[in-house]
Amino acid sequence: MNISARNLDFKELNEQIKAVGEDVCINNCYGQRFIGTGLKGRTLTINGTPGNALGAYLDGAVIEVNGSVQDAVGDTMNNGKIIIHGNAGDALGYAMRGGGIFIRGDAGYRTGIHMKEYKDKKPAIIIGGKVGSFLGEYLAGGLIVVLGIGSEDVPVGNFTGTGMHGGRIFIRTDKEPTGLPSQVTAGLASDEDLREITPYIHEFADYFSMDAELLTKDRFYVLKPNGKNPYKQLYTAN
Amino acid sequence: MAVNFIYPDYEVARNYDRCIGCRVCERQCANEVHEYLADSNKMVCDDAKCVNCHRCVTLCPTRALKIIKSGNTYKENVNWSGKTINELYRQAESGGVLLSSMGNPENYPVYFDKILLNASQVTNPSIDPLREPMETKVSLGAKPRNIERDESGRILNNLPPQLSLSMPVMFSAMSYGSISYNAHESLARASEALGILYNTGEGGLHEDFYRYGENTIVQVASGRFGVHPGYLNSGSAIEIKMGQGAKPGIGGHLPGAKIVDDVSRTRMIPEGCDAISPAPHHDIYSIEDLRQLVYSLKEATNYKKPVIVKIAAVHNVAVIASGIARSGADIIAIDGFRGGTGAAPTRIRDHVGIPIELALAATDKRLRDEGIRDYVSIVVGGSIRSSADIVKAVALGADCVYIATAALLALGCHLCRSCHAGRCNWGIATQVPELVKRLNPEIGYKRLVNLLTAWQHEIKEMMGGMGINSIESLKGNRLMLRGVDLNEKELEILGIKHAGE
Repeated sequence: MNISARNLDFKELNEQIKAVGEDVCINNCYGQRFIGTGLKGRTLTINGTPGNALGAYLDGAVIEVNGSVQDAVGDTMNNGKIIIHGNAGDALGYAMRGGGIFIRGDAGYRTGIHMKEYKDKKPAIIIGGKVGSFLGEYLAGGLIVVLGIGSEDVPVGNFTGTGMHGGRIFIRTDKEPTGLPSQVTAGLASDEDLREITPYIHEFADYFSMDAELLTKDRFYVLKPNGKNPYKQLYTAN
Repeated sequence: MAVNFIYPDYEVARNYDRCIGCRVCERQCANEVHEYLADSNKMVCDDAKCVNCHRCVTLCPTRALKIIKSGNTYKENVNWSGKTINELYRQAESGGVLLSSMGNPENYPVYFDKILLNASQVTNPSIDPLREPMETKVSLGAKPRNIERDESGRILNNLPPQLSLSMPVMFSAMSYGSISYNAHESLARASEALGILYNTGEGGLHEDFYRYGENTIVQVASGRFGVHPGYLNSGSAIEIKMGQGAKPGIGGHLPGAKIVDDVSRTRMIPEGCDAISPAPHHDIYSIEDLRQLVYSLKEATNYKKPVIVKIAAVHNVAVIASGIARSGADIIAIDGFRGGTGAAPTRIRDHVGIPIELALAATDKRLRDEGIRDYVSIVVGGSIRSSADIVKAVALGADCVYIATAALLALGCHLCRSCHAGRCNWGIATQVPELVKRLNPEIGYKRLVNLLTAWQHEIKEMMGGMGINSIESLKGNRLMLRGVDLNEKELEILGIKHAGE
């Protein structure tokens, strides 16, 4: 079903989306927030630019945006897919626990903070371009892949992985990422490491009509945490 | 071997005339203080391991045990107390940040104890609650800003979602992980029996407790542990935790050693992995950002549940509360600097934040001055110790109070302040199965019901004495309060007169 978001406030738009129990195509989207909050089992196609907190608590639905997205996309996402044919703003995939987010272009600051995994739930964020600072802080699980397409330099900003205690961050670059915090070790990704991300890169390439082989043949650095108990030695009982 | 500078604070005093060598103390102590020497047929103990939790004292069948303060002393020094010296030794030994539990025990003013209540004499009759109906029921949530009518003039119901409580008390957030399954069950069942609510804290919700949903507040904090759409919709309200009175401005670290079995399942993280709640929510750097989380939660629950925003009482609490009231939150919870915790750095717990009485009075006044008091309800916690504290808090402007330490005391806590060790002999702040089973939820929930039933009666008695028959008429009624031993500034902030005025 098609819904035109023109002149609809976020509440009206989201009421309409919730009321329809089927796949929805939203046209003329222009900054409406909270689209697809907690949605399960259907597909939302959005033409335009949705507002902040797209797909918060997403629980299995697929959201595809033909355009760019703003901040806090996929906040605390539990399951499902978010596919963005453009760029993403800040705080992408905050605390997400499951599902996948695929961004064709760049993502802003604070991407993938405190993602975590649990049993069969393993979240993944795949960024085609580059990302801002504070990528993957407090990372407790899941995968973040930054492909850096078109980027000459290391495609991440400062303070990547501060407080990281789980998960993996993959960066496609020829240069070794520097200035990393003490909780993180960086090294060239082994074939075994790469096997973990290959299916996601193929999925990414499928969504955005790219050549997966071209992307996977390049050099990747992988960031891993030193341990899963970063604060172990910090305290003394009083 | 390094010399341990610290002499134990407490001594286990055993009356050998009474001791029958039954070894109950030895079996009951998870800290392994007591030991039976078969050779000499004698019980001995290591005072250094004792946390003064009174488990052995309480269970000794012949009352042969008591814990006494150690008579050992350093050379007396007002500036360098024995406690200060010992803390320094501890850090010199370990290099660690001092870690403590439960609320700030230091000698700061307790304003509740400097406020006295009024009673009617002659000119306004007092009311006997045994004879006349007294209303302690409260509704928490935003109140409508205007009356709306349909075409025929009938009043439309535009009431935002409310929490309805039999009395102005709720159990404040304590996560499953920081406290045991049996402690959670006791709180949940007591809430159901009393018609009030308990709070999951940031630990997710155990599947067994979804059936107490109507009496549950589910919490969303910076780590977002256990948060998913089913969880958000399972309770009657959602609380966004921005801060906690015991540790304003810092996050939480539940060590991986405590992430076992069920605790791992409800938090939805692997066993052994630290549960780190960052100090701020890294998606909230402003009131605008807070509003976004408030509304995403409302969208996720179809605007059916009030959203609470919990903050620690800090210097600019009234201004912050004003922002929260405008963020779309329905309820503001303020946690004072005496509030409890399962673990917090000692220096933060004992030196950061402000007293809840002042924070409450300042916030209530600010919201009234700005004409937005009805946008939100105010819930206060951070050491509500008795029904008198509740009556005073309501008269200072609170809609309701949060209690936690008081609830744990009802369950058997002896305030030994060693929760962080995870070996609670009373089965409360532990996940060790043999210890957890010492707390029988069947007895625990009844003790909580007893406590609050008694408090409810006392509240009615105090209200009756003031000639007030509804708790709503007491709310913000500062004429019912007088201060003693308070200076002009304190009276001004509290908005009350001095006794005698």
